[in-house]
Amino acid sequence: MSTTRLAWAAGLAILIVLPFITPTYFLHLLIQILIWAFIYTAWSLMGRFGFVSFGHGAFMGIGAYVPALLWSYWNVTPWLGIPLGVVLSGLLAIIIGYPCFRRRVIGHYFALVTLALSQVVLLSLIAAREITGGSLGFTQRAVGYSWYALQFPEKSYFYAIAVLLWLFGLAVWRRIDRGIGREALEAISEDEEAAASVGIDVLREKMRVTVISAALTALGGAVYGQYVMYLNPETVSGIAVSLQIVFAAIAGGVYSLFGPSVGALLTLSLTEGLRVWFGANFVGAANTIYGILLVLCIIFMPQGIVGTLQRPKGSSARRDIAWNWRKG
Amino acid sequence: MLSLAAVSAGYGSFQALFDVSLEVAQGEAVGIIGPNGAGKTTLMRVISGLIPMREGAMTLEGRSVGGLPAHRMVEAGIAHVPENRRLFPRLSVEENLRIGAFIPQARAHFAERLDWVFSLFPRLEERRGQLAGTLSGGEQQMCAIARALMSKPKVLLMDEPSAGLAPLVVQQVFDLVHKIRAEGLTVLIVEQNVQQVLEVVDRAYLLEVGAIKLAGSSAELKDNSFIRQSYMGL
Amino acid sequence: MDIYLLEAVINGILLGGVLALLALGLNLIFGVVDVIWIAYADIVMCAMYAIYFLYTGLSVPLPLAFLIAIIGAASLGVLVHLLIIAPVLNSAPLNQLLATGGLLFFLQSFATLLFGTDFRNIGVRLPVLEFATIYVSFARLIAFAVGLIGAIALYGFLKWTYLGIAIRALAQDRDIVGLMGVDPRRIYLVVSAIGGGLAGLAACLLALQYDVHPFIGNTFGPVIFMICVLGGLGNMIGGFVASFIISQIIAIGGYYSSTELSYVLAFTFFIVLMFIRPRGLFAR
Repeated sequence: MSTTRLAWAAGLAILIVLPFITPTYFLHLLIQILIWAFIYTAWSLMGRFGFVSFGHGAFMGIGAYVPALLWSYWNVTPWLGIPLGVVLSGLLAIIIGYPCFRRRVIGHYFALVTLALSQVVLLSLIAAREITGGSLGFTQRAVGYSWYALQFPEKSYFYAIAVLLWLFGLAVWRRIDRGIGREALEAISEDEEAAASVGIDVLREKMRVTVISAALTALGGAVYGQYVMYLNPETVSGIAVSLQIVFAAIAGGVYSLFGPSVGALLTLSLTEGLRVWFGANFVGAANTIYGILLVLCIIFMPQGIVGTLQRPKGSSARRDIAWNWRKG
Repeated sequence: MLSLAAVSAGYGSFQALFDVSLEVAQGEAVGIIGPNGAGKTTLMRVISGLIPMREGAMTLEGRSVGGLPAHRMVEAGIAHVPENRRLFPRLSVEENLRIGAFIPQARAHFAERLDWVFSLFPRLEERRGQLAGTLSGGEQQMCAIARALMSKPKVLLMDEPSAGLAPLVVQQVFDLVHKIRAEGLTVLIVEQNVQQVLEVVDRAYLLEVGAIKLAGSSAELKDNSFIRQSYMGL
Repeated sequence: MDIYLLEAVINGILLGGVLALLALGLNLIFGVVDVIWIAYADIVMCAMYAIYFLYTGLSVPLPLAFLIAIIGAASLGVLVHLLIIAPVLNSAPLNQLLATGGLLFFLQSFATLLFGTDFRNIGVRLPVLEFATIYVSFARLIAFAVGLIGAIALYGFLKWTYLGIAIRALAQDRDIVGLMGVDPRRIYLVVSAIGGGLAGLAACLLALQYDVHPFIGNTFGPVIFMICVLGGLGNMIGGFVASFIISQIIAIGGYYSSTELSYVLAFTFFIVLMFIRPRGLFAR
């Protein structure tokens, strides 16, 4: 057995044992970290190739709200609602992504178009306040333990779901990383015209990774929604969430398999730790320090934490995060 | 006037200049010739402070100016007409000239300097309100030279003033160099057009792979068999 | 024409004045420093708090409070440049964007820490004017006029002063302005100060109309980015025109539906237009 396999086996064993030995509070934190790690990993599928989306808040919001609303108002099981939300997000990714790539909306322009998308979803959710409760949010109709409603009062169920989700995210990341698609995408991110001239279907490769990234993000949003039950537009969509995704993924590092997960682990433990430390007396103190750390991280560790610790293998050359972000 | 002693410079890990020493006397016109990639432009950029000097010394009128940033060099009296002219395309001709007189001592005499460069380049006066990006190649070169002259420099650096211009216009540009010399300016000029530049300068240096290979008066260089073979195709 | 619709249109034009001011500031900084300040609207928020506490807390006369806020915002602009932008000036554009994104988190959280999440109003009630049965808020009229004057003053500054010409020259070719005797670092500071000052000026106008709270930047920050992109990033005249287009969409959309949906409409309009003109409406 190779060392990598041994490490994987050990890691999995820890993940399996963990719910039996940790207090509920930590399990709650762990579930959140795993779900966000999955979402950050999904973002990095695009981000690592230089397509910096500030629109993933939109996909997450759709993924979370579609099944929640369908269940709470029309009694539709999340088993149908979740796939529907994922498909809708994928469609939205196509509607936005296709013309963007077609018309070569890149760099700052791509970032700001996707940012606008985040706002569209956020504001639509707030505007539909009759069913979403507007910016006050709403709580899903609870029925207790139910596989049909995908509701489990016991945290261990969601822990298992979150672990599986996270592993699924890593598997997708690895598949793209190992597939031929990656080389094509790297070629595209280096020089699009050159890539096209050697026969790479630039548009197809970009669309594929974008749709996968959006769909997975929606899936993450859905599981998050099922877990927390209470949904608020500001916590699952909009600029703040989009920025949070971009930050954490980049802070962790988007070139390595575990980079985004490390980003989730560190940023969430940090905010949670600061929150507990400061208590309820100093609202905002935790995020103040978080903001300072983010700026310092960007200035002093532009490669991300994992990237700073280990140079990316394979393409070896030192790169900045936004390798190929041409000035718009 | 201007003197460089054992100057070295480069970009990152690449060294472009090795121990370059040269001397330009007051009122003199000196040429720097050499093949593509010899480091001629780098040398100009080092003198005008765009690229920091790594080693060596540089003095202007006996005062050390080595290591000063570009905007300080202008104040010290060095003006640089960059390669490819580099006008500000969306500023008018007059605005380009105005920015040439940005430093305080030039601002004070802007009006008279403007009259002076317009007398040297009457063409620019006709085009003063036009956007610089819309000028013809020759007019752009005139504008670039005029812009550099606006700061009332002691030494004028010119990097490939004839590049990309039609033969007739090239001749006009070299005539301009004569005119500028007649005004008492010291000129250091980089050129690939060896034959023509040797007509306007007093002396020249041959730069190859970042080092001075040969130096001499124009007359000497014109007769030098190596120069004649390698650079004049004779 | 429906009299209420006309009112909406007029209010839209007036709203455009303030947005134009902010778009000018952001575009100036982007055009010259080549960095998008994601936290630009949060500088407005800081200045609004300054006005609030100076006026209601320390009883400083309003005009003086405004002046202090403008100077404070300009200094904040310089500080932001020195502490956050300068270190990442040669980094990848995304890192620059994220560095100012971190600033956004910081400013919003710090404001929450200091002032809580209460909505605060300086409590100055300006009259509502009536012109032939059309009601126009006086505060908005002032905002529009000041916005317009500010834009004209900035135009004059950039057009006719040495510093202004140097700023435009730097935006066109940053590598060689040194040869003109211009110190680029000094220009960056001047531009950051002007950008901050414009944010401060906008804060004065907004404080007359809106409550301040730590997250007020999120409500109009994205709109300003959108306007700048629509006008062509760095293109000040384009941004100026785009301000009025977007403010009309928001005003008329708000008349027919809700405020949120009018913003949804504006953002959607923006996204679709970017597909048609990927470098903005007024791309060069």
